[in-house]
Amino acid sequence: MDAVLKKSLKITACKARMGIIEGVYNAKSGHPGGSLSCVDIITYLYFNEMNVNPKDDKNPDRDRFVLSKGHAAPALYAVLALKGFFPQEWIKTLRKSDSKLQGHPSIQYTPGVDMSTGSLGQGISAACGMALGAKLSGKDYRVYTVLGDGEIQEGQVWEAAMYAPAKGLDNLVAVVDNNNLQIDGTCEEVNSVYPIKEKFEAFGWNVIEINAHCFDQIDDAFKAAKECKGKPTLILAKSLKGKGVSFMEDECGWHGTAPNQEQYEQAMAELTAALKELEA
Amino acid sequence: MADVIKMATREAYGKALVELGAINDKVVVLDADLAAATKTGMFKKAYPDRFIDTGISESNMMGVAAGLSTTGYTVFASTFAMFAAGRAFEQVRNSIGYPHLNVKIGATHAGISVGEDGASHQCCEDIGIMRTIPGMTIINPADPVEARAAVLAAADYEGPVYMRFGRLAVPCIFGDDYKFEWGKAVTIKEGKDVTICATGLLVNEAIEAEKILAAEGIDAEIINVHTIKPLDAETICASAAKTGCVVTAEEHNIIGGLGSAVCEAICENGVAAPVVRLGVNDKFGKSGPAVELLHIFGLDAAGIVEKAKQAISMKK
Repeated sequence: MDAVLKKSLKITACKARMGIIEGVYNAKSGHPGGSLSCVDIITYLYFNEMNVNPKDDKNPDRDRFVLSKGHAAPALYAVLALKGFFPQEWIKTLRKSDSKLQGHPSIQYTPGVDMSTGSLGQGISAACGMALGAKLSGKDYRVYTVLGDGEIQEGQVWEAAMYAPAKGLDNLVAVVDNNNLQIDGTCEEVNSVYPIKEKFEAFGWNVIEINAHCFDQIDDAFKAAKECKGKPTLILAKSLKGKGVSFMEDECGWHGTAPNQEQYEQAMAELTAALKELEA
Repeated sequence: MADVIKMATREAYGKALVELGAINDKVVVLDADLAAATKTGMFKKAYPDRFIDTGISESNMMGVAAGLSTTGYTVFASTFAMFAAGRAFEQVRNSIGYPHLNVKIGATHAGISVGEDGASHQCCEDIGIMRTIPGMTIINPADPVEARAAVLAAADYEGPVYMRFGRLAVPCIFGDDYKFEWGKAVTIKEGKDVTICATGLLVNEAIEAEKILAAEGIDAEIINVHTIKPLDAETICASAAKTGCVVTAEEHNIIGGLGSAVCEAICENGVAAPVVRLGVNDKFGKSGPAVELLHIFGLDAAGIVEKAKQAISMKK
């Protein structure tokens, strides 16, 4: 991948991480861990992959994104703000009673959100419906969705996983954010989701395994997905929960906890230093 | 006397979808492996490119319907009431209701008139479940004419609609000139002694009950409540204030359905009138021929007559 582009994506993702921390800190609640693990991919989608225009967010020909793991809303909001869908100041209003940024994504409230999600397992079905819409209307827009690894314990995910290949939805890319942590422990401890690759392959998906934080690999995967005809692509993205904030990394406890002031300041200091280094 | 034409409302649904397909190329129909029973198979035959079978996966079907509707299609998603309102409740609530998407849920085989399949398939809770979803419209047509009109009207309405259809063939009550008014209850016959609010196949029974009551000198007002949400509280309350007592009749649990909705409206509007609810009396259904079951559960003209007399006796 082009070095200048890669640097630019890294900078944007770092700013998005700051947005996640800013939002969750001000809200005093929310889900930082799983937001930080998928934010590189969401950054890549909005800044390099998807055909979207913040000034024309209802364009019928646009690409669509469904955050099936809706609790990672802070990541989506941070990226949408950076992309210009709404003012950056909104980030600090996250989860407040007069905010346009709900605890989980809602198309009723937030510009740029393509589907209301939050109840796990449902987003992937909606993404299938959008991909079907493109097929029925002969349009070439593409649909992207990000699921949590714990989320694939939901039965509906497998209904959709059976459906998408059966209907030839090759305009659909689903990403499993495989940080291996869910609320009650690791995915193995709680109710093992593995092997993820073989399961989706058996269901008829084109599966690509990548490191969720490596833009070269992310780039290669989405390019390969476009080349794959006749079946949907599943990107199994091995990630680190809490990625980018040292004390949140790989810690189950940061699934749904907001940082206190001291932690907030430390997190922002780390991210500011990282940003400075990237921009140097 | 000419033979009364009978047809199940699910059949009218299937025919209306075909009619819609011809005039609206944005109509897409989804089913979960029940096309032969829900009658969406008629649409499938006429417009195979706009019919999608999701297989036996109602949760996914509701989600697909939701996503598809965001791309500009008017989506009809069909399965039995049990699975539409029951199994897929949360998908209907979160993926369709909360974003207020343009999905029409065609729920067939509602109530005990499913018959021999028994209680597992006889959904008598769906109106109550769907009524609690903000912004959901609920229509329960009385006959095939009204069912057709409701389907056509639903396609013109922007937002989620739950349409309740039956398996059993029911008589045509209305003529071809019948005008369906969204959300407006229909006063079929005016009266002064008791108001009978009926919905679905109980409307025809209410009409029969009115004749029996008239023979005994009781002048009943018959109201067909095809739209249960939003409820036409104005028509119902005005009638209740006039007659002084109300009977509700539905093929649904007496908890949560039309009876509950009418009680809420009567109470909140300060109308001093007793309400007696006829419905499935907080029980599960059972196997048997549909018509026989309706008699066993008292969901017939005789049942309405009995409740009407009870309501009248409760008047102050």
